[in-house]
Amino acid sequence: MSTVRIPPVLRQDTDGSRTVEVTGGTVAGALDDLFAQHPALRDRVSSNGTLSEFINVYVNDRDVRYRDGLETPVGPEDTIILLPAMAGGGR
Amino acid sequence: MPATVGRASGDLLTTIGATPMVELRRLTPHDGVRLFGKLEGANPTGSVKDRVALAMIGSARASGTLRPGQAILEPSSGNTGISLAMIGRLLGHPVRIVLPDNTTREREQLLRLYGAQIIPSPGAEGSNGAIRMAQVLARADPSLFMPYQYGNPDNPRVHEETTGPEILEQVPEVDVFVAGLGTGGTLTGVGRVLKRARPGVKIIAVEPHPGEQVQGLRSLQEGFVPPVLDETLLDDRYLVNNRDAVVGLRRLLRDEAIFAGLSSGAAVAVAVRVAREMASGSVVVLLADGGWKYLSAELWTRELDELSDELEGSLLW
Repeated sequence: MSTVRIPPVLRQDTDGSRTVEVTGGTVAGALDDLFAQHPALRDRVSSNGTLSEFINVYVNDRDVRYRDGLETPVGPEDTIILLPAMAGGGR
Repeated sequence: MPATVGRASGDLLTTIGATPMVELRRLTPHDGVRLFGKLEGANPTGSVKDRVALAMIGSARASGTLRPGQAILEPSSGNTGISLAMIGRLLGHPVRIVLPDNTTREREQLLRLYGAQIIPSPGAEGSNGAIRMAQVLARADPSLFMPYQYGNPDNPRVHEETTGPEILEQVPEVDVFVAGLGTGGTLTGVGRVLKRARPGVKIIAVEPHPGEQVQGLRSLQEGFVPPVLDETLLDDRYLVNNRDAVVGLRRLLRDEAIFAGLSSGAAVAVAVRVAREMASGSVVVLLADGGWKYLSAELWTRELDELSDELEGSLLW
């Protein structure tokens, strides 16, 4: 199982859970399992199968857009981090 | 020793930019690669933001958008505000800064010393909250000029015209450039220059993993992609937690005697990791500010676990 970390802004859709355990060998597979467990999340973070520009997806600490996108492999030890796009890291 | 220092001319503003680049030999992970750090802490108020603030104010004054004596308002968690306050003092503009209430005390002190007025915004809403508050205030009072670094093209432009060419002159063989994401201005401006000169160069963004307590968004739609950031220039993007950033900051001080801020610690952590994975080549990392504005947070001296927990709720980079 891989772990998905849910940001505070999305926890209303996971009954307050900070993390959700999922299966799936890729980011797409893992997200499908996440949405199956918490259906309201699907519409909140994606439309027509495309992720919202306001959500960033990382496997461990690397943004999947600069790897293989939704096809980025995910192993059982990996953590998928969902983060809202925020102003930060600057001043 | 530098060959020459030239004759004195002009005021403090003329000393912005043209910062030193040093080789970080003690941090370099193996002999095949070279690692260089650009010391933006050498700017007059101790950060890269002096470049951005001067470019935004200079161009607004030149175009007449900013009139003599007109007040400036800007959201900033520190560095940009301090740069604007310094420039405002020299050029005769009152400065008001919307500052999240969970930054370090030094930032507030410096802003006040330079004569800025501070408008506190809720720390739990992070930088996004400060931006929203500043936008509301600017709309309500048209006499204020808001440079708005997140959307101002002068921000990436100054890096394209100064920081990028400086890097090419200092490390012409640069293969990888690593910098904090922030507004996206540095990565976008420097990225344009380096990609033109060296098409294979990799541009790597580093961003903080925001603590739970500073993710005060009510909905995803309140999220924010800075308009000045050109994401097509990026080749990779790393998330760095506060703990790793502190470790990087301590290594900078211990191994290279460089006293830098938290985002520099994060950028160095990523730069060392990227360098380790390269067989050969040169990596340039931008060290965005000096350590002075972080002294009260005791990042260098406190026990790491205790510090990591506390940093969750603050906005330091």
